[in-house]
Parts: sequence; C-alpha cells; structure tokens
Amino acid sequence: MNILVCLKQILDPEVPVRDFAIDSSGLQADPACANQVTNIFCENALESALQLKDLHGGKITVISLGPESVEDSLRKGLAMKADEPFMIVNNNGLLPDSAAVAKVLATAIRKMEPFDLILTGRESGDWGAGQTGGILAEELGLPFTAFIDEVSPEGDDRLILRQQTDSGWQKFSAPKPAVASITNSDHNLPRIPKTRDIIMANRKPLTTWTLEDLEISAEALSSNQYKARVRKLSIPESKSECEFIEGDTTEEKIQKLADKIAAIARAV
Amino acid sequence: MSEDTSIIITAVVTAELNTATAGLLGAGQRLAKETGGEHIVLTSGGSDSEFAAKVKEHADHVITFDSEDLANNQPEAWLNTISVVSSQKKPSAILLGNDTLSQEITPRLAHRLGGASSGDAQAVSANGDTILVTRSVYGGKAEAEIELTASPAVVWVRAQSMEPAETQPTSGTIVAGDVDASSDIRNKLIETHAEEAEGERLEDAQIIVSGGRGLGGPEPFEELVALAKVLKAQNAASRAACDLGWVPHSWQVGQTGRKVAPQLYLAVAISGASQHMMGIADSKAIAAINTDPDAPIFKHCQFGLVEDYQNVIGPLKTKLAELL
Repeated sequence: MNILVCLKQILDPEVPVRDFAIDSSGLQADPACANQVTNIFCENALESALQLKDLHGGKITVISLGPESVEDSLRKGLAMKADEPFMIVNNNGLLPDSAAVAKVLATAIRKMEPFDLILTGRESGDWGAGQTGGILAEELGLPFTAFIDEVSPEGDDRLILRQQTDSGWQKFSAPKPAVASITNSDHNLPRIPKTRDIIMANRKPLTTWTLEDLEISAEALSSNQYKARVRKLSIPESKSECEFIEGDTTEEKIQKLADKIAAIARAV
Repeated sequence: MSEDTSIIITAVVTAELNTATAGLLGAGQRLAKETGGEHIVLTSGGSDSEFAAKVKEHADHVITFDSEDLANNQPEAWLNTISVVSSQKKPSAILLGNDTLSQEITPRLAHRLGGASSGDAQAVSANGDTILVTRSVYGGKAEAEIELTASPAVVWVRAQSMEPAETQPTSGTIVAGDVDASSDIRNKLIETHAEEAEGERLEDAQIIVSGGRGLGGPEPFEELVALAKVLKAQNAASRAACDLGWVPHSWQVGQTGRKVAPQLYLAVAISGASQHMMGIADSKAIAAINTDPDAPIFKHCQFGLVEDYQNVIGPLKTKLAELL
C-alpha cells in the first residue's frame, strides 16, 4: 500500500506557561520561546502507517510544509522508518490557515505518484484547528474520515477505518484512495527511532519544493488571503481566586470540603 | 450571503434533548438575533416528532429530514443534506456541535460551499459581514480571536458550555425537507460499537471526579470510582494516568482527550498542566485535592484542599454519603 503521511512541525506544546510568549506580529507564538517538534497526532499517524506497512508491505512517504526547520520532522520520520521525504518550503513568517495549507498540500500531492491512503493528524498541538485533513480531502475530491485509530485493508480496493466516537467506536469501509485524520490510541504511540536509523535518516536524499516549483504564488499564502484570519492573540491572565479550605484538623477540613461539594451536587 | 435577511443554520445531527443540543441551539439563536437574521434548524426524524416540536421553540424554521442514513449518523449523508440546504438558503453561518460527526464534516462543508471553517469555538459573534470565533489555542496558553472572512462561516462549537437556548415568544414552523441524503455515499458505515458506559457521556456529566499521576497507580482510582458513585458522578483522568495504563484512554480529559463542562470538576492529585486545563476550562466549578499548594491546578480552582488524597477520599466519601 502506498501511504502519504502529512507531518506538521509545531511549537513544543510542553512549553511551560512562564516561557510562552507571543511574537512581534501579535498573531502567533514566538517561535523562539520553545523548540519546534513534530505534532504528536502526526506522529500517531506515521506510527499507524508504519504498522500497516509492517503487516502488509508498501511504501510510506512523508511531507511537510513550513520553514527549512521542518526538515527535522521529516528526518525524524525517516528515522522511524518512513521511506521518502518531501519538503515544501514556505518562509512566509506567519502560519498559513488550514485552507491555504490544504491547497498547497493538494497541489503537491497531484504532482506525486498516486497514494492509496493519505493521513494527517487529528489536529495540531498549536492551533488545534483540526481542519486541514477534511479540506485536503475535498481539494482532492476524496472521501474523508476523522478520528481514526485503526486502519486495515479490505480486499484490494477498500480500507476499513475505525473511528473513535463520543460513545465508543465505529467502522467505515472506504474506497481507496482515502484521506483520514488519525487520533491517538493505545496502539499508535510513536515508536522511538534507533540510533542507527537516526544516522541513516540523515543521509537520505530529501526532495525540496518551493512554492514556485508548485506554481503557487507567495501571495496565495499571505495573510490577506486567509479564510480564517487571526485578529487577536492574547495570554489569558491567570487570576487565582481559589479558596483554600482551612481548619484545625484534617477531619474539619474534610467536613468543609464535603459541605461545599454537597451543595453543588444537590443543585445538579 | 442572502440579500435581505441573514440566515443562520444550526445543524443538530443527533436528535436528542440534552445539554449539548440546548447549548448549540442557544449559540444559533443568539447569532441569528445578533445579525437580525432567521434561525433555521436542521435535524433528522419526522416533522411530527417530539424533538422537532421542542426545537421549534428556539427557531424560526425547523427542517426535518426523515432518512435512515441521517438517523444512523452517516457523515456523508449529513454532509450532502446540509450542503444542499445551504446552497439554497445561503446562510451567513452554519453552526454544528462538538460530536465526532459534526467535527468531521465542518471543514468539508465549508470547502464545498466556498466558505471558511473553524472548530472548537467558545464564542461566536458577528462582525459586519464576517463571523468572529473565540477559541483557546496553544494548549490553553493563549486565546485567539479568529475572523472567518469567507461566507458561509462553518463552525463547530463547544456545545455543552454554551448558554442554552431561550424559548421564543413565537414558535417557528416545521417543514419536512426533501433532499436525497443518500446519494454519493462513499464511506460505508459498517459497524457501530458503544462502550458500555455506566451512565452518561463524560461530555454531558454534571460532576466529574478525576485523578492524575499523583495517585501513584491504578488502585487509588477504585476509591475515586466509589466516590463518584456517591456523587452520581463520572470518572476521568489526566493524560499521564491514561498513558501509564492505570485507566482506559476513554477517561482522558485534556487537549488530546475529551473536553468537558461539568458543574463540578474535582481534580485529585492532578497538577494542572495547561493541556489538561484546556479540557476542563468550561467547568462551572473546579476543585482540587493536592499536596502541593503551588500546583497550577489551584490557580483555576474555586476551592481546594492542600492534603494528601489518601487521608481525604475515604472520609470524604463517608461524609458525602451522609449529606446526600
């Protein structure tokens, strides 16, 4: 099976609140306030693809759009045992909106060999919009399913996709090629690459495309074209108004806590 | 956009009266009021259903679609139906809830209609011809105001935490819609499995008792389950506790888990990392039991107890059993 996994590089979501800062544009996080890492759901997607390949064979291509630093995410993907990397360089400082990203990815995908399955992460750990996968599918005219945690082949032409739902899960039979967004589960925790594979990954050739290579104007990725435009970004003030329960004995404190909880429980 | 009055469409994909439906209808009703427009609600089932009769108290028009695929929550059937109705009605905004199906079809719908999409909205408002969405980003470390510049704005909202809809002085009309929902369905829904959840979904829970890494292992969760029982509450956990395999991943609340909005979220031995807080930000009240008075969780609490949970949970359960 020929699988494409889209990898997004993001500001490390583990950045402590005290280090988090907004850049001079006022519209996005300061990239200098933390490391850049691969979005966890994208790594879950790659892991799901790798497991499919381990079981059924095939090839895994990884693609990433962003500044040159996205090469790190692609190299890590190779170290995890993806086969071929594609980098689309966009040095426009602002993060493009999901619709613009999907358009660029779709343009690149049309230039590539055909895929049976295209995977994205469920959402990203920075903006968490969760829109790119669905828009990408529409751009490509393909079916889409979100929140997938298990993929398996069904004969030659279809795939079984297991979707996590609010109350459990459900399965879809989807024709190939399909687009799916992957969520985290107990089964797709990203593997840790071996040191040897990390070294090998750094030697692999990387295909780099600029926007011109894809015949996309830089204008198309400028913020005045965005369908979803960030107007304001602010760090909420953390105001602590916690009433710490006091008392002479633990028992007294527990009694007060119980009274407070019971008051809410009775009102429910 | 429509030339005369603006139209707001609210799509209720699960025909059930619950907190999520009430909040979603509230969001649509308020946006219609703000734009001076009409509020049209789309839902499944017959036009004579009890649900439709209830919904019309909060809408100008209810359009019902009697289709098995829609009732079974087949995503592409909903996508087709909302697309067709929207291309006729030309709404300025389409609002959906935060269920899996609504989240899945939001970006696709926007693309089909030439509009703009956003998810996880905590507030939706009108700004002239465009729609503004407020949402929590960067794992809850920042809040963004996002303008959807293309019409229609297709937005899924945090339905449970929205103010419920008000009963309108005049009820709306109900008409049976006529759309071939089942054409062009490519992904066949072949199996549905509901977890044998005791009681309601976490998203609908009124009280949640949650545990974190500080519990040290799976055993103390049994005590939290017992405490939850007394409170008629649901149990949840932080990502750390789920990743360590102490409790199922379906319990996970936070940025990568579920987003909840209970009347009370009781966090036991949870430090309160921003990713966790993102999942509980819509709680009406948060309370914590933690040994560390400087734990970030206390910054978000209405009340808290600095104490080792081991000294608290058992006696607390006994006292609550007496009080309730």
